[in-house]
Amino acid sequence: MLEIRNLHVSIGDRPILAGIDLDVKSGEVHAIMGPNGSGKSTLAQVLAGREGYAVTAGSVRYLEQDLLALAPEQRACAGIFLAFQYPLEIPGVANVQLLRSALNSVRRQRGESELDAMDFLDTVKSKLALLDMDESFLYRAVNEGFSGGEKKRNEILQMAVLEPRLAILDETDSGLDIDALKTVASGVNALKDPERAVILVTHYQRLLNYIVPDRVHVLANGRIVRSGDASLALELEDKGYGWLTPDTHEEARP
Amino acid sequence: MSQPEVSHPDARNAELRSRIADEYRWGFVTDIEQEVVPEGLSEAVIRLISKKKNEPDFMLEWRLQAYRHWLTLTAPTWSSVHYPAIDYQAIHYYAAPKSGAQPKDLSEVDPELLRTYEKLGIPLQEREALAGVAVDAVFDSVSVATTFKDKLESLGIIFCSFSEALREHPDLVRQYLGSVVPYTDNYFATLNSAVFTDGSFVYVPKGMRCPMELSTYFRINARNSGQFERTLIIADEGATVSYLEGCTAPMRDENQLHAAVVELVALKDARIKYSTVQNWYPGDAEGRGGIYNFVTKRGDCRGDRAHISWTQVETGSAITWKYPSCILRGDDSAGEFYSVALTNHRQQADTGTKMIHIGRNTRSTIVSKGISAGFGSNAYRGLVKVLPSAANARNYTQCDSLLMSDHCAAHTFPYIEVKNPSATVEHEATTSKIGDDQLFYLRSRGLSEEDAVNLIVNGFCREVFKELPMEFAVEAQKLLAVSLEGAIG
Repeated sequence: MLEIRNLHVSIGDRPILAGIDLDVKSGEVHAIMGPNGSGKSTLAQVLAGREGYAVTAGSVRYLEQDLLALAPEQRACAGIFLAFQYPLEIPGVANVQLLRSALNSVRRQRGESELDAMDFLDTVKSKLALLDMDESFLYRAVNEGFSGGEKKRNEILQMAVLEPRLAILDETDSGLDIDALKTVASGVNALKDPERAVILVTHYQRLLNYIVPDRVHVLANGRIVRSGDASLALELEDKGYGWLTPDTHEEARP
Repeated sequence: MSQPEVSHPDARNAELRSRIADEYRWGFVTDIEQEVVPEGLSEAVIRLISKKKNEPDFMLEWRLQAYRHWLTLTAPTWSSVHYPAIDYQAIHYYAAPKSGAQPKDLSEVDPELLRTYEKLGIPLQEREALAGVAVDAVFDSVSVATTFKDKLESLGIIFCSFSEALREHPDLVRQYLGSVVPYTDNYFATLNSAVFTDGSFVYVPKGMRCPMELSTYFRINARNSGQFERTLIIADEGATVSYLEGCTAPMRDENQLHAAVVELVALKDARIKYSTVQNWYPGDAEGRGGIYNFVTKRGDCRGDRAHISWTQVETGSAITWKYPSCILRGDDSAGEFYSVALTNHRQQADTGTKMIHIGRNTRSTIVSKGISAGFGSNAYRGLVKVLPSAANARNYTQCDSLLMSDHCAAHTFPYIEVKNPSATVEHEATTSKIGDDQLFYLRSRGLSEEDAVNLIVNGFCREVFKELPMEFAVEAQKLLAVSLEGAIG
């Protein structure tokens, strides 16, 4: 589904990613772990099409398309979803309004008809129930005045409504209490499907207690320095990142 | 090697410019035989206008007094708008479609005019006016048609052109004209008092709740003409009325002056809601042409518990200069001002309100949303004045500015004068720039850049749009979307 080859990315003159190779197949869950500043979020942002990053070498193919040639909205319509690390506030715009615009935009692109207001509400309500979220969420302005946990859950709600082929979660687990973490995990697990894939960008192992990854990759200094199965995450929990990144000054986590 | 596709800024701008070029969809000219008074302003011209309109003597006297007063004034220079001096002798002060006598009903209206209003989406045929909105259409200097007149008349509601009101209800006009905005008020209001040609007149009798929205549609068509309309709305004790005005003009290279006066009188327990969707031709991207919209609008809460609410969506005009105001004279009376003003390209707006608290327990609310794009300049200027008599007066003011480019400007000039210690005055102001982060967030959810901008802008304006009657709120959203096409960057 996703083939990243020798991806080099800079911000200004500063190289961030220095040759990433990654294959994600349908049905798989990949975890990308690594110390702060290793390039995890940059990778997530570049996949979603954020401007301001220069791709200096390499390629990304997604479902047989050149992903990097697509605008962010085209990527979304092609089934890519990024759950933001820091979701943005859109004052005055009700959540339900954004969800409906987004879903209909994506459906149009897929050649499906737009949902009318009633069908749309039914769809959204079933997703709310799945995530154990109150209906009042729908009528609040997008992320405005939301707590950190509410913002993250709202990202998962958007993901559940849009049903992406490839979901990328950028540190969605950070700052969540255990209940919210479980909610996020159940949202992701409900999405799992042989036709879909998930990339979890995370600093900690604990999310992986609830979402078991097929592959775990450790990113350091803009490169994948180690890949393994779910047991790698446990090993990291034990030993920290230091043993994998001898040429950095990153403190190993105890 | 593969790189994200980033279109070259110049190429993108060129594409956007070509789209902007046809974005003013109301810019057509109606080819119609016009009767135009020669350009220039003099007592003779004013006498001619008054005579053409068969006005009573008091009206001519009033006009002449205004004109003589105007000669002693100089144009104000205090606002933040910039424009070359206006040559008042180069303006035609009267232009009218040449179709003989005043039409008695729609069948006598020139079909070309009816087609004009159809193109504008204003059906004058009563059976087409499904929304139940009574419309008075003003084409250049004269009112061409008023719909639903008979139905309103049966309720005692007068809704007609100003000219007709002068003929049919001279005493009412005489009683109220200039009682809110006197002919000495300010340079442009004084000019209007001398030369105004038509406009709308509304009288809602005691206790009557007007059953439909009343609407006036203004259209400037003639070249080198000004439009000086005058609107007078009176809500008698306990009466309620909601009134909407809309306006468009053809695209022309030269600037045209629109200097209107609107007076609202709300007696005891009366409510007036006045909504404006202003879409005069804004000029082109380089600032050529466009309407100078220099307007005086004021409402007088003359009785206790009277309520006046102004809602305006200002997207057009090269320059907008207006301060719809409320004089809160009656005890417990309330004034509201909800405004969205958008300036794109080289447009300038200096707009706001004045809330004058005189009576006890008077309340006012001001919500102003300024959107600046391109090289546009947007200023909120507002006065909250609490006089010694206004015990327990309350004001809440919120001024928000949204910037959409690196070249635009937003200013806020709040003036607050409080002479009663029991008053509560609150002022909140914010300025934000539409963020790349916000846009990326929405685009990553599948929205096009344009849809993303519209969603953010509509959210920004929501508090004002919800004050508009439903169908006009939809219209206002569309107008904003069209006015902002290609505004990001």
